[in-house]
Amino acid sequence: MNGIDRMAAVATTEFRLAFRNRWVLLATLAFTLFALALAFLGSGPSGALKVDALTLTAASLATLTVYLVPLMALLVSYDSIAGEIERGTLALVLATPLKRGELVLAKFCGHLAVLAMAIAVGYGIAGAVIAAVHGYTDAGLLAWGRLLATAVLLGAVFIGLGMTLSGLPRQTGTAAALAIGAWLVLVVLYDLALLGAVIVDQGGAFTKTIFPALVLANPGDAFRLYNLALIEATAPIAGLDGLAHTLPFPVSSALVVLVLWLFASLAAAWALTRRIRP
Amino acid sequence: MTDAAILTVEDLTIRFGAVTAIDGVSLSVMPGERVAVLGHNGAGKSTLFKTVLGFLKPAAGRLAIVGAAPGSNVARRAVSYLPEQVVFPKGLTGTEVLTYFARLKGVAPKAALPLLETVGIAAAANRAVGTYSKGMRQRLGLAQALIGAPRLLLLDEPTSGLDPVSRHEFYDVLEASARAGTSVLLSSHSLSEIENRIDRIAIMAKGQLRAEGSLAELSRQAGLPVQIRVEAAAGRVEAVQARLGGERVNGQSVVLTCRAEDKVGTLARLAALGPDIVDIGIALPDLDDVYRHYSGIPIEGAAQ
Ligand SMILES: Nc1ncnc2c1ncn2[C@@H]1O[C@H](COP(=O)(O)OP(=O)(O)O)[C@@H](O)[C@H]1O
Ligand SMILES: [Mg+2]
Repeated sequence: MNGIDRMAAVATTEFRLAFRNRWVLLATLAFTLFALALAFLGSGPSGALKVDALTLTAASLATLTVYLVPLMALLVSYDSIAGEIERGTLALVLATPLKRGELVLAKFCGHLAVLAMAIAVGYGIAGAVIAAVHGYTDAGLLAWGRLLATAVLLGAVFIGLGMTLSGLPRQTGTAAALAIGAWLVLVVLYDLALLGAVIVDQGGAFTKTIFPALVLANPGDAFRLYNLALIEATAPIAGLDGLAHTLPFPVSSALVVLVLWLFASLAAAWALTRRIRP
Repeated sequence: MTDAAILTVEDLTIRFGAVTAIDGVSLSVMPGERVAVLGHNGAGKSTLFKTVLGFLKPAAGRLAIVGAAPGSNVARRAVSYLPEQVVFPKGLTGTEVLTYFARLKGVAPKAALPLLETVGIAAAANRAVGTYSKGMRQRLGLAQALIGAPRLLLLDEPTSGLDPVSRHEFYDVLEASARAGTSVLLSSHSLSEIENRIDRIAIMAKGQLRAEGSLAELSRQAGLPVQIRVEAAAGRVEAVQARLGGERVNGQSVVLTCRAEDKVGTLARLAALGPDIVDIGIALPDLDDVYRHYSGIPIEGAAQ
């Protein structure tokens, strides 16, 4: 029971600090505003499509979420270990009976609670506004709820990755640079590289066999494919997302990929933290 | 190994690659004993503490904390640590910081909070740590270390940068803990920072233990010279120097250097000079001279 109480102390302190330094406010505002902007600006639903505004917005929000949620998750977690080394509190904390595995898991839970709250409140408010203005259908609510839940799962993966990167250097500055690099590679460059390869390949063997697996292997893409494949949207889907309806795997494999990433990142964070000499 | 010792360190060697940070150090701390490790920057003090906490693996030697291995559950419960430089999260209040560490140590927060009173920051308990002065943060650090009445307090340079009054109060708190049975192992880079309320001093230099003992023992064993300044009556300074030897300083005085055990004999000779002498001043070696003697740095004016 002592272990549980120690972990609760760590997790609640992380949660409290995220409130105090306004991270929660910033993230919630970002989630709300971006979701509302997608619904009401630019290529939002119009005319006959208005009936299912939630579904349509969920489709475009799935793409935006791939950029926004990992960024926020890395922001909340990049400094979790390196920051404590730099401030000298890691030595203090590890001098108590708290185990390193407990520290990693508790920090993860604290960060995830914060991020899940920001996503739930932000996307919740946006969803409610959209439903109030455009009305809603059961399918729309389901798509929105699925988006929200999988966004939290995607966030969990990137919190784990952020904590892993945070266990590598001893300075927060380096940890921040690593986090930004990870975001660029996993979220932006990976897709660009795959698209480039597909263009070069011109419908050859790579496009048919390796490409879908590579897309699915990326946590952001797995998240997006899962949501888009389950949305019976008539909205045009381009680029990598075209794969959503022609995927040679069952849809649930995307969720498996996300869960595997989550366990792998937590295991890596734990292994790195074990090696640290505070 | 003595069973009764709270901390036993035997022939400890710690290496960082090619650097030997600790080189064959042996040391023990008994229950209720206050021991200070003294050494310049880089002497190996922080490394010693981190090894006692189980963060660093010895290249050679043995350690035991209340008979248990460093970093084991038993050892972690027995030891409390205050690192050299610690910055508590600025957004938390003093009460929240103390509550946090109480829970990590498995102590009821209610039992820990009176420690804010003990270290004299109860008035700021509900203010954010970001608004605390350096002295207040150090006191909060001490309160954190005192949670749960640990068997051994490890304090790494706890009073560096504190003003003399704060330092005095810091030692008051340590004294009360020691009387209640807590052993204290603290470090410092200056002997003058260590008050006379430390039972034993261990002087480290370049990772080696150079000397160990009470302050009085160390001063005596150092055998540092005593300086006696003799002020002569008007016009008699030549005569005084002729009788005593020593060195003339300004037109009026003669300075004699003698060994501590010759001090009384020398004074007796001085008394025989009668009215030729107006005044006598005695300068005992100061603490920093004692420290420099053991840490291997030449002492000014010690011509031996
Ligand atoms: N993590 C480390 N890596 C390499 N060398 C280190 C490390 N920590 C300490 N040292 C070296 O060990 C020696 C003792 O350092 P330290 O214990 O911090 O001294 P002190 O606390 O007495 O100032 C120094 O030479 C220092 O450079
Ligand atoms: Mg040090």
